[in-house]
Amino acid sequence: MSNTLTASGPAKPAVDFDWKPLLLVPVLALLVLPVIGSPSTWLTLTVAGLAMGMIIFVIASGLTLVFGLMDVLNFGHGVFIALGAFVATTILGVMPGWTASPELWRNLIAVFAAMLVAMAVAGAVGLAFERVLVRPVYGQHLKQILITMGGMIIGEELIKVIWGPQQIPLMLPEGLRGAVIVGDAAIEKFRLLAVLMGGLVFVALAWVLTRTKIGLLIRAGVENSEMVESLGYRIRRLFVAVFVVGSALAGLGGVMWGLYQQTVIPQMGAQVNILIFIVIIIGGLGSTGGALIGALLVGLMANYTGFLAPKVALFSNIALMVAILLWRPRGIYPVANR
Amino acid sequence: MTLNRLLSNDLPRSKLLTAVLLTLFLLLALAPFIAPGVNALSVAAKALIFIVLVASFDLLLGYTGIVSFAHTMFFGIGAYGVAIACSRWDATWLSLGLGIVTALILSLLLALAIGLFSLRVRAIFFAMITLAIASAFQTLASQLSEITGGEDGLNFRLPDMLASGYMYLEQPIFGVSISGRFLTYYILFFAALAMVLALLRIVNSPFGRVLQAIRENEFRAEAIGYRVVVYRTISSVLSALFATMAGVMLALWLRYNGPDTSLSFEIMLDVLLIVVIGGMGTIYGSVIGAVLFVIAQSYLQDLLKLGSDAASGLPWLAALLSPDRWLLWLGVLFVLSVYYFPTGIVGRLRNRAAKL
Repeated sequence: MSNTLTASGPAKPAVDFDWKPLLLVPVLALLVLPVIGSPSTWLTLTVAGLAMGMIIFVIASGLTLVFGLMDVLNFGHGVFIALGAFVATTILGVMPGWTASPELWRNLIAVFAAMLVAMAVAGAVGLAFERVLVRPVYGQHLKQILITMGGMIIGEELIKVIWGPQQIPLMLPEGLRGAVIVGDAAIEKFRLLAVLMGGLVFVALAWVLTRTKIGLLIRAGVENSEMVESLGYRIRRLFVAVFVVGSALAGLGGVMWGLYQQTVIPQMGAQVNILIFIVIIIGGLGSTGGALIGALLVGLMANYTGFLAPKVALFSNIALMVAILLWRPRGIYPVANR
Repeated sequence: MTLNRLLSNDLPRSKLLTAVLLTLFLLLALAPFIAPGVNALSVAAKALIFIVLVASFDLLLGYTGIVSFAHTMFFGIGAYGVAIACSRWDATWLSLGLGIVTALILSLLLALAIGLFSLRVRAIFFAMITLAIASAFQTLASQLSEITGGEDGLNFRLPDMLASGYMYLEQPIFGVSISGRFLTYYILFFAALAMVLALLRIVNSPFGRVLQAIRENEFRAEAIGYRVVVYRTISSVLSALFATMAGVMLALWLRYNGPDTSLSFEIMLDVLLIVVIGGMGTIYGSVIGAVLFVIAQSYLQDLLKLGSDAASGLPWLAALLSPDRWLLWLGVLFVLSVYYFPTGIVGRLRNRAAKL
């Protein structure tokens, strides 16, 4: 039976690939250029926007996959973001020799160690979260919203119990502070690292989803989970795996978000959650590519409006969402059946 | 029977529930006499405000089956309506009235816009979109500091007749001075009573039955011939208007309003917890839940402090029992009640009565 379900080559023929949304990001960036005026400021803002967008994408990708595969919307996703960030404060705290070292490679090892531990912890907690909270309410949307929201409250309070309710600074290691100068524009080093990391996560996700058998099953599950089950695959097990990976990605994103903001507070999960929801609505619930475009748009918008008109910064995201939904009511890349 | 008509034929249907409701009714009705202290009366007033706020949310969540996270936005609009009107203009009844009417109209338009825009799609969209809009509104309220007073909020004066220094009688009755504060409490009490009865009327009307049909099976309701979008939108508009009135009550009592007192996400979570623990889809659940919650909020923390002190030998247990972490235990209770008694306290009591 498995012979019929081998990993395919290019997912779709180029002819029916929907390329229009891909233009949104460059078009937005170019449209804003004359408004901002100075190209160097524009470059700084654009890189900052892309970095923020990439971090948001890392967090949102897990949520949108979980929704697409199992029709479960996890309002508690924010807990994993905060958890990841707080674990990172602990890990970087016990490695002062590595973070304060002027050598870049030592700094990078410290950051990667923090990221790996954060991912492991967030993934493990995600496993428990799925088992205890989400599993009993499959297929009941109202209860899912309530239960995962309850999970979020409990998680946030537990974080306060462990790390205390106050704001904790999360300093970048020595070598990652400061900026590189490109032309007249100052680009912070960490933002470049964030873009790089986000890009890596996207490539890895895209590779797994389109080039491996697991990915094929996940995509098939998103399209029609009953059919995959009837072919003899245990979609539940697949779902648990996706949930754990999604939580781990949220933990990774949390570390990056914490380093980006340089402080972490227990409520950060709830704050980032709002951005994530806007992103996955824009992208189309369940679509990874859509989430990437949505995240980049939200990141760019936040930085451009933050510079041009700070007071409307949060509304710009809502305006963006309304505009996209007027164009495509089910998001940029709607997923079948959802 | 008049009482039956007053309660729209929706009797408590459980002796214990009736007893609890009667006790709460008497407690709240006589609160100024039972507990004349300033703090105790504030707890009672807060309970009245939360009863209206939570009952209006129950119309949306319990009866229509949609989750909105923008309920505190309307609560805030009501409170800001009064606050802005009374701080800009003279403290007269006219400006108070104008503030209330403006707030109601604003809530109506906003709820209509959000409903028509997002209730066409699935309930899950509505939950996410309202979450985003509510947080944007909260930011807006703290940014527009010239109008809303920003993070500091607004202190304002109400008509003299409502001031605590204004005495109606020279001599106190039963040791209670009949002041403007006393009058304000009873305005709140009767407003809350009237609104709870009105909500009971709404949910037990044919319109309310359609809402419940939509909650149970949207597709079938549509097939029978009810326009689901229209009914959902009307329900969310009604619920927004009642929430606005709860906000007005809050402003009348506190004479202050700021983003944290009426718009914060914590209040939204509190409302959600109360509705579920009290019992979704039973207006009575909101009454019981709100009173329990406000009492717990005011007194449970002392109890936790005792536990925390007792457990001081075990630091982690002491941290878990710290009075600041009371939301943790409420969250656990919330999750347990969604699993094991989704109909909440009221549903539990009614089931027991039905079995006997």
